[in-house]
Amino acid sequence: MSTVLTITGLTLREASRRRVMLALGILTVLLLALSAWGFSRLAAESGGTMTSGEARLTASILLNLVMFGFSLIAALGTAFLTGPTLAGETESGIALTVLARPVRRSAFLLGKWLGLVTFGGGFVVLAGLAQCLVVWLTVGYWPPNPAGALALLAAQTTVLLTLAVLLSTAISPMASGVVAVGLFGTTWVAGVVGGLGASLGNEAIARIGTLSRIFLPTDGLWRGAMHAFQDPSALMQFGDGDGEAFPFLGAAPLTPAYLVWVAVWVAMLWSLAALSFSRKDL
Amino acid sequence: MSNETRTPVEPAAQPVVRCSGLRKRYGKRTAVENVSLEVSRGEIVGLLGPNGAGKTTVIKMMLGLVTPDAGEALLLGRPAGDPAARARVGYLPELFRYQPWLSAAEVLSLHVKLARADVSAQERQECLELVGLGQRVRDRVGGFSKGMQQRLGLAVALVARPEFVILDEPTSALDPLGRADVRDIVLELKSRQVAVLLNSHLIGEVERVCDRVVILDRGNVAAAGSLAELLGQRELRLHLTGVTPAATARLAETTVLDHTGDWITVALPADDDAIVPALISDLAGLGVQIHAVEPGRITLEERLLGILRKADQ
Repeated sequence: MSTVLTITGLTLREASRRRVMLALGILTVLLLALSAWGFSRLAAESGGTMTSGEARLTASILLNLVMFGFSLIAALGTAFLTGPTLAGETESGIALTVLARPVRRSAFLLGKWLGLVTFGGGFVVLAGLAQCLVVWLTVGYWPPNPAGALALLAAQTTVLLTLAVLLSTAISPMASGVVAVGLFGTTWVAGVVGGLGASLGNEAIARIGTLSRIFLPTDGLWRGAMHAFQDPSALMQFGDGDGEAFPFLGAAPLTPAYLVWVAVWVAMLWSLAALSFSRKDL
Repeated sequence: MSNETRTPVEPAAQPVVRCSGLRKRYGKRTAVENVSLEVSRGEIVGLLGPNGAGKTTVIKMMLGLVTPDAGEALLLGRPAGDPAARARVGYLPELFRYQPWLSAAEVLSLHVKLARADVSAQERQECLELVGLGQRVRDRVGGFSKGMQQRLGLAVALVARPEFVILDEPTSALDPLGRADVRDIVLELKSRQVAVLLNSHLIGEVERVCDRVVILDRGNVAAAGSLAELLGQRELRLHLTGVTPAATARLAETTVLDHTGDWITVALPADDDAIVPALISDLAGLGVQIHAVEPGRITLEERLLGILRKADQ
């Protein structure tokens, strides 16, 4: 276990020393400031013209939109950090001396993964919490289940970086980042298409979204997070069925079965990554 | 229970590494065909061979970094794939790169942790001083020259009190002073009964420090033995004029290595001291004018080239 924690610490130190944390911090502050300005303008200019339900709907949609920005930053950041820190170290030779120590490859991989989960999950939770506070201070809206929503966002980051870890054990650092982010984007688009299919009553198209959420659970978790961020009345305000077609509203909370599937999916991909990495010739 | 099973093997008698029948293929290319070798405690063994002979692959198989297709490697008495086997092993890879975002002291601290060794900060400092990095302890590795990174790699290999050190081209980026330092360090390790496997293209370096040499060629052991065994063949350079056909026939009874103008070089067996006076006496008796007789010894480089060229034919 001490090896795992040593590698976790090393991964976090790498993120810090390579100024990844600083860059993300600056980006986050900029996004928070921009959203604070936007929400305060919204509150000032719509004063008296919107009903309280409309105001909550608008706040919900905007909050989900900004959260999408954060989840995108976290997803892209961790996917592109995973490549250099795992495949990059193997390619450059940095991993040679580390793995020539009495270190199990699975422990090394677990350490790297934990470091990335802490980094990516930590970022999305802190930035998301700050965003909730900004919205509360500017328009007085507080999400119904912020802890659950932030946990789902952290889970979404974990899912994507687990995929990136698996890809990093098999392909080059750059390719692993590109494939992971490509699949993330494709799944999101498939989710939107599936939502349109559902609202139009087309089962075949709706199934695209369902299947993509099983294949790569990032979009499923994102939709669960949106549902936890938005006001419960938002969907009704939006109109029957149409809310499902809208990409920044979650139609329903996640089922326990889906959450179990996500845990199984992560465990399965991590095990495959460990197997692939332990068989890799360095 | 038999007597043999009850008698423990003397730890000192166990080799630090024993490889038998190692084979590795990458696709259709065979990197290592059949390699068996051993390194004993306190022994310095040189690993020589041309580029692509399979030296680095053999080293990586010893360390469990590459899985052999056939054969096995035992490292400090354990299978090479068992991480515990590497607890007392130091390794400087041919491709040396260390975390550029860490300082030299932090890299050493990381390796001490990973090796689970109890090495004080003072000892780590001394280790960096030993390789000439005493003034750069807190500097980031990213700012180091290649030579300094190789020195750091040497410190990493030595810091966790290893019983066996594997140095893969340890002087490739070093200046002559650095090479001399490495030589001194290797000899110091030997004095502490630490075994060293030294892969180097600098044959003079190997000849100076190694007890034994293993020569690899195309994934096979082309020759192996102590320096005395490998270099046992001596030579004799003769400056002769008036060489008659009878004298030529007499010279042909020896192994003529080279014949350039009036200079003839013949090989002499290591264990026959009488052959030189007999040859000179015979040549003089056959009317040959003998201007010079220079004894010589085949260098490791000449021996290596001889072995590799013979394998090419």
